[in-house]
Amino acid sequence: MIRLEKRPQPSRAWSMATPLVAVLATMVMGGLLFATLGKNPVEAIRTIFWEPLFGEFAFYYRPQLLVKGAPLVLIAIGLSLGFRAGIWNIGAEGQYIIGALTGAGVGLAFYPTESWIIFPLMVLAGAFGGWAWAMIPAVLKTRFGTNEILVSLMLVYVAEQLLASMSLGLMKNPEGFGFPGSRNLQQYDSAHNAELIAGTGMHWGVVAALIAVIFSYVLLNRHMLGYHIRLTGEAPRAAKFAGVKPARLILFCLGASGALAGLAGMFEVSGPSGQVSIDFNVGYGFTAIIVAFLGRLHPVGILLAGALMALTYIGGDIAQGNLGLPSAAIQVFQGMLLFFLLALDLLTNYRIAIGKPEVA
Amino acid sequence: MDLSAINPVLLIASLMVAATPLLLAAIGELVVEKSGVLNLGVEGMMIVGAIAGFAAAVETGSPLLGFVAAAIAGALLSLLFVIMTQVALANQVASGLALTLFGLGLSALMGQKYVGVKPPQMGRIDIPVLSDLPVFGRILFGHDVVLYFGIALTAAVWAVLKYSRVGLILRAVGENHDAAHALGYKVVKIRTLAILFGGACAGLGGAYISLIRVPQWTEGMTAGIGWIALALVVFASWKPWRALLGAYLFGGVTVVQLNLQAAGVAIPVEYLAMSPYLITILVLVILSADKSSAPASLGRSFHASR
Repeated sequence: MIRLEKRPQPSRAWSMATPLVAVLATMVMGGLLFATLGKNPVEAIRTIFWEPLFGEFAFYYRPQLLVKGAPLVLIAIGLSLGFRAGIWNIGAEGQYIIGALTGAGVGLAFYPTESWIIFPLMVLAGAFGGWAWAMIPAVLKTRFGTNEILVSLMLVYVAEQLLASMSLGLMKNPEGFGFPGSRNLQQYDSAHNAELIAGTGMHWGVVAALIAVIFSYVLLNRHMLGYHIRLTGEAPRAAKFAGVKPARLILFCLGASGALAGLAGMFEVSGPSGQVSIDFNVGYGFTAIIVAFLGRLHPVGILLAGALMALTYIGGDIAQGNLGLPSAAIQVFQGMLLFFLLALDLLTNYRIAIGKPEVA
Repeated sequence: MDLSAINPVLLIASLMVAATPLLLAAIGELVVEKSGVLNLGVEGMMIVGAIAGFAAAVETGSPLLGFVAAAIAGALLSLLFVIMTQVALANQVASGLALTLFGLGLSALMGQKYVGVKPPQMGRIDIPVLSDLPVFGRILFGHDVVLYFGIALTAAVWAVLKYSRVGLILRAVGENHDAAHALGYKVVKIRTLAILFGGACAGLGGAYISLIRVPQWTEGMTAGIGWIALALVVFASWKPWRALLGAYLFGGVTVVQLNLQAAGVAIPVEYLAMSPYLITILVLVILSADKSSAPASLGRSFHASR
């Protein structure tokens, strides 16, 4: 008989191994999925994981890794703080949109003035926009005990409508011949989040993501606030006795994740995307949830997980072009990864025992 | 702006149609939460139900078979949630999110062939005399079967929860799983059945959107209805009849804003389209002060060998 025995302490070895096992399991299941779609599974997996890094056109795809990975890491770092404390911000996608709107809004307001101060102002505005949008569920939770999962998620749909309204109305390019979408910030030097080293994909968002990783690592390991976050997640009762104020923690965790998501949106709109348009958001806010869990809510893990997830995005695009693999297949693939990860987590906390239980 | 173009009788009739997917999903989730499980995957199960029902209806030509397929598909997807949370004891919040992300991707993959296809029409029940009554005839009679099924299901769930032994056991498991386990009830088995029921209901709700309310297939067409259904359960404070009331209220908001859009009110379309989500938040704020009626074991994992 197979039973589960709770481990006295979570296994460190399994905690490190589960993401790898989950990725392998997803590759196998994903291969089966691709096979049922009539594609050669080995070819598809190779195209997704190998082609972007070492294939013929890798020089083009490698920079993309940074471009796609930066927003994922930036958002996931913020989410991981809350997830550790049991505060569930599911609306990063909305905060990402609002950050892009406020960031681009400041830039567009200055058009066509050129000054070095404009870009820093846009960065601040982007972070502020995301922070403010995340403060809605945070304040409602602390004041009225409203469920932050549902409120932050509802606000994603509100933000999407706001984005549509802005790109069709207030922020529409007056010289755009009536097409929806704002002016292209890539053509506005002071507001352009350009590549820092040409041809590498390295832009300010990548720098911000790396800084966020370092800050979050220091916060969680060397700072009282980080300790309180971990304590609340791992032993809520002990946290209560230790005098942790839940309201402060909620405001901090949601605010920080909102600000980081807003930053990600701002760097995206002023750089790779270039303009505010109806289809600006592509689901980074939701994929970042997978990234956060895949990285075990640990800053360094999230960095690696963000790179891996960016790889599946780019590889998925290539597979779409070369093999005709539908883009939705990649979405399923990413969802599968989260499933395996959560299910395999069992092995961290429990041990599988075979045989009859002893009589107590 | 021409508000006189809005016909109140048609408004109420279409309100009932708009409310049905919400009601079906919310009643299912209500039973799940009564058993002490929080399944945040409603949106995912709904959208998979929507495409499974749509595909089955198009292939067989029978909308009813479509609904059966949708219920099965929803239950199958919720089986994944059972494996995650009841067998592998994974975090329920994270697993529910995974279910939604996975369901959205899966539905997009399944639905590729069906974009732009017209589904077979579901016949309305026409009772010769009653349906022809002025005003009430159109509102009360002359809807499709599934709409009445939704109301009947609400009544059934209410009666089972309140008066039957099964309902009592379900509530016991949801209030205190350790005590229920000590009394000899199979906590995991009961929760599994509740989750499967919730999945089937969400699937039905999804198919109602793709087969009757819209009716066509587009990616991501549930547009947050699954999440509103989750909010509705809180709104209803876990009581079936209040879920019905809430569903009609939200259906009303949706229909009224659509009618205002069509009538060309001076408010921009995007702001009208936001309103159901904003009202959901507002309602959550008003009602979340009172959490006393929530099942006490909601969202907690159960493992027997302790």
